[in-house]
Amino acid sequence: MVYLDAASTEPLHPAARDALLAALDSGWADPARLYGAARRAQMLLEQARADVADVLGARPDEVVFTASGTQAVHLGVLGALNGRRRIGRHLVIGAVEHSSVLHAAEEHEHGGGTVEVVGVSRTGEVDAEAFAEAVSRPGTALACLQTGNHEVGTLQPVEEAAAACRAAGVPLLVDAAQSAGRLPLPRDWSVLTASAHKWGGPAGVGVLAVRKGTRWRSPYPQDERERRRAPGFENVPAIVAAAAALRARTGDAAAQAAENARLSALVERVRTEVPRLVPDVEVVGDPVRRLPHIVTFSCLYVEGEALLTELDRAGFAVSSGSSCTASTLRPSHVLEAMGVLTHGNVRVSLPQGVSEGDVDRFLAALPDIVRRIRASLGVH
Amino acid sequence: MWRRRSGAGRSETEEPRAEARAETQAVTREPAALTIDALGRKCPIPIIMLADQINQVPMGAVVEVLADDPAAYTDIPAWCRLKSHAHVDSAEIPQGGWAIRVRRNY
Repeated sequence: MVYLDAASTEPLHPAARDALLAALDSGWADPARLYGAARRAQMLLEQARADVADVLGARPDEVVFTASGTQAVHLGVLGALNGRRRIGRHLVIGAVEHSSVLHAAEEHEHGGGTVEVVGVSRTGEVDAEAFAEAVSRPGTALACLQTGNHEVGTLQPVEEAAAACRAAGVPLLVDAAQSAGRLPLPRDWSVLTASAHKWGGPAGVGVLAVRKGTRWRSPYPQDERERRRAPGFENVPAIVAAAAALRARTGDAAAQAAENARLSALVERVRTEVPRLVPDVEVVGDPVRRLPHIVTFSCLYVEGEALLTELDRAGFAVSSGSSCTASTLRPSHVLEAMGVLTHGNVRVSLPQGVSEGDVDRFLAALPDIVRRIRASLGVH
Repeated sequence: MWRRRSGAGRSETEEPRAEARAETQAVTREPAALTIDALGRKCPIPIIMLADQINQVPMGAVVEVLADDPAAYTDIPAWCRLKSHAHVDSAEIPQGGWAIRVRRNY
């Protein structure tokens, strides 16, 4: 199988596998207890916290581990809104945020809060001016913006948004799920969230960082774990493995930049070649201001599910934002907000170390698959 | 809710704005030369029907697509942009779904 779905999950990094196996033996005990095995687990946990905090540009006591990236977002959004309840109930989010942000916003709305959604350009970039205007409204409790879009790869104007939030005295939650472990992270945020399995760590580890001085109150019942921010017994071995993957990915900045450049060039090849090889295709997302590993295109007159099924049969694992492939029967809110084709959509996202040959094999297989599906619908 | 722009959709002929508005009004008064009933059909079928039939109307005439797959609401204007036809407007219809009007440009 040629795996081209890294934006869903990056294969486990070898350093994470080694660390996980070792920590299963040495870090299984309860880190909150006081005997030797427990203190060992606690040491491993705190070392992992320090390592992750270092990469995020945070203090270790600002970082907690959650059960997933989604949980980190839910806690980050709802906790920050709770903390500023007396100041206001207005929430500002980008229109193409991850569904975890949208669902947290929905929850806030059901609780009587208000939500303002800032629109995006045709390439999926949040309108920075409109964002600044929205956060300056009185009663704004929190603003949320992703670093880069998970479906189309477009980078968001986080620096401009952060400056606007700072000027308005509004905390900014930055969802760094697609860029943590890949790109240098912004430094100006109040809350930052990420997910370990997106950078080659194991599933089941999310990161929630809350800057000192940011008001935050848990939306959950009280629990003493993770500085009272994330409930439940920490999965120490998985957290240790997540930190090991992050260290391995970011430890050598030059090597990481080189790999990003290599992936970005392969993405550029897909962006150029797909419209040349397949008629009636729209490549979406920003061609320049984008993540290095994600490219998305839509094929006219093709059902997304048929396309994924045929690509799977040919040995390619990719994903799609088309409605018929999602559980909701709704088209992707990202493609919808951009006003681009939602059907026949394919997202190709390159894992670390993917070979040039794999990308070329995908490009070689795609045209005939699209032609066959179109022919089956009577389109020639 | 933010997942759906409510009411009538924006016109694809937004630029230049004043000209487009005048044009839209002129076309809105003109009845559709052809109505394609794609209600109950899933994308991409409504778009395939539109692509198949748009050449049946004279140049500059309007085709109206009735569709209730939410994807059609975004995809028909996007198709117009890709194919250089004009999206005139989209209006909700009583039975659910939209009447999406497209002007044949060539």
